[in-house]
Amino acid sequence: MGLISRGFTGRRREGAEDLPPGQYLTHDFPVLAAGPTQRVPTDDWKFTITTETGARHEWDWAAFTALPRDEVTVDLHCVTRWSKLHTDWEGVSLDTLLADVETSAHYALVESYGGYTTNLPLEDLTDGQAWVAFRYDGEDLDPEHGGPARLLVPHLYLWKSAKWVRGITLSDHDEPGFWESVGYHNYGDPWREQRYWE
Amino acid sequence: MTDDPHGETHLDGNAAAGTLAELFTFDVTVAVGRCAGCGRVSTVADTRSYLDGPGMVVRCTGCDSVLLRVVSSPERTWLDLRGLAYLEVDHVTEG
Repeated sequence: MGLISRGFTGRRREGAEDLPPGQYLTHDFPVLAAGPTQRVPTDDWKFTITTETGARHEWDWAAFTALPRDEVTVDLHCVTRWSKLHTDWEGVSLDTLLADVETSAHYALVESYGGYTTNLPLEDLTDGQAWVAFRYDGEDLDPEHGGPARLLVPHLYLWKSAKWVRGITLSDHDEPGFWESVGYHNYGDPWREQRYWE
Repeated sequence: MTDDPHGETHLDGNAAAGTLAELFTFDVTVAVGRCAGCGRVSTVADTRSYLDGPGMVVRCTGCDSVLLRVVSSPERTWLDLRGLAYLEVDHVTEG
């Protein structure tokens, strides 16, 4: 006797249960551009963390790639409404990069080659929430997707995961970045659908 | 579509006309602007526009600096012109 019915649960679309509100699932990896693709040779690449006192911590490519690296599988949510699930990355955790950085700052301004910036609270970069990623899907990260290295902060909309990242400036005050200064939400939590200025 | 030395594909400023026409009552592509970055003076048509991002970005052909940005939500539009030192618009004359 058929006591168990699936009829009341409805039929869910593939992956819909894993998507933030207003997002659709995509399987390719769209490239969004606010300017020309930066092509930074790793010989010239540097990553710098500058604290609120002006202290600088700098890595060249050799020093950066010698750091302990994480392999992570994360979901990406772009504010233009596509989401891509279970993406595989390799990168250095911001916890590792910040380990020897003395700071009491609350805010971070992320800066990229090419002039792009994005801002977020420093606490969103720590505790295993953010990486400077340099490999995607088992290969070196393409310049189109932000290589040689990009920020990866998957719990916020993807514009926060700055491509071609070159440094982070820590500060006591919050400074809106490239999109945050012209209509996009200052924080950008996809699960609360924080797309635009409120 | 224009190829630049970086192998990029972008459009010229005429591609920005549709979005900008929703904001300005004049044809902004024939307006003349000065880049706040390098000082280059050109028509808005003679720029590089990037339409594939979260918003529209118009950049200087000379130095790649951002001249203007437009972000639209379903309810409103934001326009950032800080990259333009000025914008010169001819009066429309009869005749």
